[in-house]
Amino acid sequence: MSSSSTHDVYYVPAPSKWPVVGSTALFLLAIGFVSLLHFGKTQAYVLLAAGFATLTYMLFGWFGNVISESESGKYNAQVDASFRWSMGWFIFSEVMFFAAFFGALFYARQMSVPLLGDVDNQLLWPGFKPDWPSMGPYNATEFHPMSAWGLPAINTMLLLTSGVTVTWAHWAIKKNDRTQLVLGLAATVALGLIFLFCQMTEYGEAAFSLATGVYGATFFMLTGFHGFHVSLGTLMLIVILARSLKGHFTPEHHFAFEAVSWYWHFVDVVWLGLFVFVYWL
Amino acid sequence: MEAAHAHAHDDHHHAPAGIGRYFTTTNHKDIGSMYMWFSLIMFFVGGFMALVIRAELFQPGIQIVNPDVFNQLTTIHALVMIFGAVMPAFVGYANWQIPLMVGASDMAFARMNNWSFWLMPPAAALLVGSFLVPGGAAGSGWTLYPPLSIQGGISVDMTILAVHIMGASSIMGSINIITTILNMRAPGMTLMRMPMFVWTWLITAYLLIAVMPVLAGAVTMLLTDRHFGTHFFNAAGGGDPTMFMHIFWFFGHPEVYIMILPAFGIISHIIPTFARKPLFGYASMVYATASIALLSFIVWGHHMFTVGMPAAGNLFFMYATMLIAVPTGVKVFNWIATLWKGSITFETPMLFAIGFVSLFTIGGFSGLVLAVTPVDITLHNTYYVVAHFHYVLFSGAIFSIMGGAYYWLPKWTGHMYDETLGKVHFWLTAISFNITFFPQHFLGLAGMPRRIPDYAPQFTEFNQISSIGAFLLGFSQLLFLYVVIKCIRGGVKAEAKAWEGAEGLEWTVPSPAPYHTFETPPAFH
Repeated sequence: MSSSSTHDVYYVPAPSKWPVVGSTALFLLAIGFVSLLHFGKTQAYVLLAAGFATLTYMLFGWFGNVISESESGKYNAQVDASFRWSMGWFIFSEVMFFAAFFGALFYARQMSVPLLGDVDNQLLWPGFKPDWPSMGPYNATEFHPMSAWGLPAINTMLLLTSGVTVTWAHWAIKKNDRTQLVLGLAATVALGLIFLFCQMTEYGEAAFSLATGVYGATFFMLTGFHGFHVSLGTLMLIVILARSLKGHFTPEHHFAFEAVSWYWHFVDVVWLGLFVFVYWL
Repeated sequence: MEAAHAHAHDDHHHAPAGIGRYFTTTNHKDIGSMYMWFSLIMFFVGGFMALVIRAELFQPGIQIVNPDVFNQLTTIHALVMIFGAVMPAFVGYANWQIPLMVGASDMAFARMNNWSFWLMPPAAALLVGSFLVPGGAAGSGWTLYPPLSIQGGISVDMTILAVHIMGASSIMGSINIITTILNMRAPGMTLMRMPMFVWTWLITAYLLIAVMPVLAGAVTMLLTDRHFGTHFFNAAGGGDPTMFMHIFWFFGHPEVYIMILPAFGIISHIIPTFARKPLFGYASMVYATASIALLSFIVWGHHMFTVGMPAAGNLFFMYATMLIAVPTGVKVFNWIATLWKGSITFETPMLFAIGFVSLFTIGGFSGLVLAVTPVDITLHNTYYVVAHFHYVLFSGAIFSIMGGAYYWLPKWTGHMYDETLGKVHFWLTAISFNITFFPQHFLGLAGMPRRIPDYAPQFTEFNQISSIGAFLLGFSQLLFLYVVIKCIRGGVKAEAKAWEGAEGLEWTVPSPAPYHTFETPPAFH
C-alpha cells in the first residue's frame, strides 16, 4: 500500500505499551490508596508515588504519540469525526457523574432533611428544624453557610469571561492569527488559575467543613470535583497553549483545541449549576 | 516507532507471533478474544462461589462456611458474575463482531480499546483478592447498601476502587463502540439497515455512558462517608441511607438492561439464521430496544418498594415497570413470528436461542409479578427474587452468550465445533438450570429469605433439589470449555458462510476471519 493511500484509510495505530502502563499505574494507585487508609503510611506513599509517576509517564507517552500522529497527518477526516463523537460522549459521561452529586443535593434538600423534621421524627430528634442549609439533627450547631455574593459571584464572572476568551482564541485559530490565539489561550489559562486561587481562598475562609453534615458534604464534594475538573481543564489549556507556541494546529485541523474548549465550556456550565443550587438558592 | 506508524497497514497483515503481543495489541479480534477468555475465567470463579453457597444451603444449619463468609460469597459472586463474566463477554462479542458487521477495519480507537480490556484484570484482582485481606471480602451484598458497607472493612474500599476501575473501562469501551457504530459503517449501511446486534450495542453503550458515572458517584460518596467524615447516607448529619439506594438503582436498573439488550441482539441473529427467514419486524425491534432503554431510567424504585417511599412513588414505579413488558413483548412476538413457517433446524446455537426465548420469558413474567407493589412487599428479598433474576440473567444473558459462542465459533476459529457435544451441553445446561432455579420460586413464595446461610427445616427438600441442580449446572459448563478448546484445536473446516441461512458482512470474510479485515470499506447492499 503506497503512502499516499495511507491517508485514505482509517488510521489504526501500531501495537502500544501505553494501555498496560496505564493499568499498572491505576493498580498501584488503588493499592496505595487502600494502604493509606488501612496500613503503613510509608509503603502507601511509596505505592502512590510510583502510581503517579507511572501515570504521568503514560500520559506524556500516550498523548505524545497522539500528537505526533496528528501532526504528521495520519488522521483523516473520518478519524477527526471519531474524535468529535468520542469527546461529546465523554463529556456526557462527566455530566452524568455530576448528576449523581446534584441528585444527592436535591435529595437531601427535598427529601431527607424535611423528613427528619416531620412528625414521625419528633420523638427521635425533638426540636430539629429542617431548614436548608442543614447539618442534620445530631450535634446541630449554628454555622455560616457560604454566601453567593462574595467570591462565588466573582468566580462566576471569571469563568464566564474565560468562556469568551477561549472563543476569541478559537476565532483566531480559524483565521490563522497566531498572536491572537496565544493571547486568547493565555488569558483563558490566567482566568482559570485566578478562579482556582479564589476557590482555594474561599475554602480557607469557609466556617464549615466536609464533616458539617449533609450541607458540608454536598458543598465540598460538588465544588471540589468541579475544582478538580477546572484544574484538569487548565492543564489541558496549558498543553494547547504550548502546542500553539510550537506552531501546531491549522485553521482546518485543530480538534485538540476544540475538544479542550468543549471541556472548558462544560466545566463552566457545571459551575453555573453550582452557583445557583449550591451557593445561591 | 515512527517507521512502524508509517507502515501501519502493511507490516502486520499476519498476527505477530508470541503470547506477548496481547499486552500491546491494537487488534479488535485479539482484544475481543481476551475479553472472552477473561469472562470465561470469571464465570468459573463466580460459579465456584455459587457452588459453595449451594453446598452450604444443601441442608439447614451451618456446615461449610460461617455466616460472614456466606455473605461475602453472595456479594462477590454477584459482582464477579455481573462485572466480570456477563459484561466482558458482551464487550468481547462487540469487539469481535461490530467491526466485522459494519465493515470497519477495526474499532474507532484501537489503542484505547486495549486499555479498556487491560483495566479488567487489576479490577478483578482487587475484587477477588479482597477475600485475602483481614476481615475478608465485602459482605454487604453487591448493592453495597449503607450502613453495612460503611461499617465494612478494608475489602469494601478495594471493592469501591474495583468498581471505579471497571467503570472507567466500561465508559471507554462504550465510547469506542458508539463511535465505531456511528462513524465507521460501510457506505450504504444506514442506521436502519444495521444488524440488530449492532443496534442493541449502540443502545447498550449509551446506557453504560449514562449510568456508570452515576455508580462512580455513588461509591465515591460511600468512600467519603467511610473515611472523610461526610454524612451523605447518615441521618444524624441530615443524609439518608435511602439516598444511596435511589442513586444506586438509578444505575442499577439500566445496568440490568445493559446485561440483556446485547443478548436480544445475539438472539435476533441466531433465530433468523436457523429459521432461514429474515428477522420479523426489524424496525419494531429497533424501537422496542430504544423504548426499553428509555424506560429503564424511570423504574429504579421497583427495587425498593419496601423502604417506605410515598404511595404515589410506589404506584408510579409499579406502572412504569409494567410498561416495559410492552416493548419486551414486541420482541418475543417478533422472534416467534420469525420462527413461523421457517425452515427450522436445531443446531446448538438455535437450541440456546429457543431456550432463551422460553426461559427468559418466564423470568420476564416473574418480573411482572414482582413489579406489583403489594406482591413485592411480601416477596422482597426472598428466593422468588433470586429465581427471577437468575431466569433473566442465566437463561437470558448467559444462554445468549453460549448460543452466540456456538454461532460465531466457526468464524473465530475456522473450525466447526463438535455438534453432538454442543447439543449435550445445551440439554445438560437447560435441564440442570431449571432444576436449580425453578424450585427457588416455591421457596420464595413460601417465605425463605435470601442471603441467609441457614433456613427453617420445611425448606429443606426444595433446597436440596436446587443444590443438586446447581452442581450439575456448574460441572456441565466444563463441557463447554472442552468444546471450545477442541474447536480451537481443530475440526471440520468452516466455510466463509458457516451457516446456510446466515446473513451479514461478517460471513463474507474467510473463516477464521483474517487478522485484518475490511481495511477498505466493503460494498454494502
